[in-house]
Amino acid sequence: MDMYTITRQFADSWMLLFLFGFFVSAILWVFRPGSSKEYRKPAESIFRNEDRPANDHEEART
Amino acid sequence: MINYLKLAALGVITLFAAIAANYARDLAYMVHAIIIMVVAGGLFLWTLRNTDEPVKKVAVETGYMDGVIRYGVIATAFWGVVGFLAGTFIAFQLAFPALNFEWAEGYANFGRLRPLHTSAVIFAFGGNALIATSFYIVQRTSAARLFGGNAAWFVFWGYNLFIVLAATGYLLGATQSKEYAEPEWYVDWWLTIVWVVYLVVFMGTIFKRKEKHIYVANWFFLSFIVTVAMLHIVNNLSVPVSIWGSKSVQVFSGVQDAMTQWWYGHNAVGFFLTAGFLGMMYYFIPKQAERPVYSYKLSIIHFWALIFIYIWAGPHHLHYTALPDWASTLGMVFSIVLWMPSWGGMINGLMTLSGAWDKLRTDPVIRMMVISVGFYGMSTFEGPMMSIRAVNSLSHYTDWTIGHVHSGALGWNGMITFGALYYLVPKLWNKERLYSLSLVSWHFWLATIGIILYAASMWVTGIMEGLMWREVDANGFLVNSFADTVAAKFPMYVARGLGGVMFLSGSIIMCYNLWMTVAKAPAKAEASAAVPAE
Repeated sequence: MDMYTITRQFADSWMLLFLFGFFVSAILWVFRPGSSKEYRKPAESIFRNEDRPANDHEEART
Repeated sequence: MINYLKLAALGVITLFAAIAANYARDLAYMVHAIIIMVVAGGLFLWTLRNTDEPVKKVAVETGYMDGVIRYGVIATAFWGVVGFLAGTFIAFQLAFPALNFEWAEGYANFGRLRPLHTSAVIFAFGGNALIATSFYIVQRTSAARLFGGNAAWFVFWGYNLFIVLAATGYLLGATQSKEYAEPEWYVDWWLTIVWVVYLVVFMGTIFKRKEKHIYVANWFFLSFIVTVAMLHIVNNLSVPVSIWGSKSVQVFSGVQDAMTQWWYGHNAVGFFLTAGFLGMMYYFIPKQAERPVYSYKLSIIHFWALIFIYIWAGPHHLHYTALPDWASTLGMVFSIVLWMPSWGGMINGLMTLSGAWDKLRTDPVIRMMVISVGFYGMSTFEGPMMSIRAVNSLSHYTDWTIGHVHSGALGWNGMITFGALYYLVPKLWNKERLYSLSLVSWHFWLATIGIILYAASMWVTGIMEGLMWREVDANGFLVNSFADTVAAKFPMYVARGLGGVMFLSGSIIMCYNLWMTVAKAPAKAEASAAVPAE
């Protein structure tokens, strides 16, 4: 088989399955239990460390 | 020691550029060689002056690296005005062909200035805005100083050198005729180097972050940087005819070349003008509204859906061509599916204001950001609709496409960038506030009405033109000649040019306002003095 047919077949089967599976899992992962609570911290991270970087002693790594 | 290596490298580059200028086969290449020679020679002298000088003990720099961002903000405002001016001028060239002056023929006619305009607004204005804001945001959300020290400066100056080379090349006729990828081979190679360093600086900062989670804006920026690198390299695969000339030959040909070009072209819209600017949206709107993004979950879904779907949408640029039907159908279907993440993102941006809608009345900066998200929603509705084959048969090759691009570019990219500039300048120059909020309002209304004039006139003229082209009489003969449609478009072309004038004047007002903010606005009271010891 020539290169086009091989790659085309791969793209139409395993790669398609992989990409679709990855995409769906990423969406499902977002809705895992407890995620709402966990996402509150990063959503508010933009209000921390406005003027200077966190030093290692601080509590920034939350 | 490192200075000796730098001197050797710069010396070799200067010498090579001098030889190249001598052997140059075309004018654009010669001018570029001279530019490179002057830049490298200047850097050589500058490095030489600082070599073997007594080393001053400099304290290790802590704090955020904001100098390069200040330069980026200035460059953004400058290139914005240049790009809008070029666009307004070529709009009037279309309305009044006499503006293609006889004496400037071959340099400043529409065909030469048009890529100058598109690259100036997309890559110079948009690109500098993206680099500056990504550097600002990645530092704040990672709580870490930029990685790589002076590499960030290399990214800024290197990128702007790329822009100068591209712009002069267009005027002098060096182009590989690929839309939004016109620069010739050596300019492409230079951009690749700059872009890889950009990626290293950005990734390095994320790696040394002090926050556990990578904030969603950085995801968008990262996908923008990585994807643009991939698109740029694949679409610019070409073999130079000679190392002493600007001409190169594309590796792909025919329909493969067309597909590669529009895979590039549409994802330049998707990842440069959308993903990157969404990074700005997800930082500046919550900051300006002083409340976290409406739904962080939705922002993550927005991200994955956008990058998974956008990459397939390119073939909708090639309906009714030699491209196989299945490919253009694929592009069309994915374009329509894109409706969902785009509107999810728009809703997320708008709803961030829930509970703070009153700010719209008092804060023209947030008004600017909100209308930008509104235009994002509008153009991501219009785009999928135009990608449907039946609609495309009417809209393609007409000015409707131009109107669509501009409602996205002026409305979404322009307005969010203006909002970001208004946010950044007082912060970066340590000012209490902007010089004048009423000037921001003036800018807001001039820009908004300008865009409406632009988009509305292009809808009218585009649909009119599409209908005139396909009109046949009872015997099946075409009713209108091409020149008939051009004549009929004249009033709309003038209206479009006026819209451009308004948008341009708004941006000049912005420059004045930002300048006065730096020069005149009261400095921020030193915050650290008031902080009690912990």
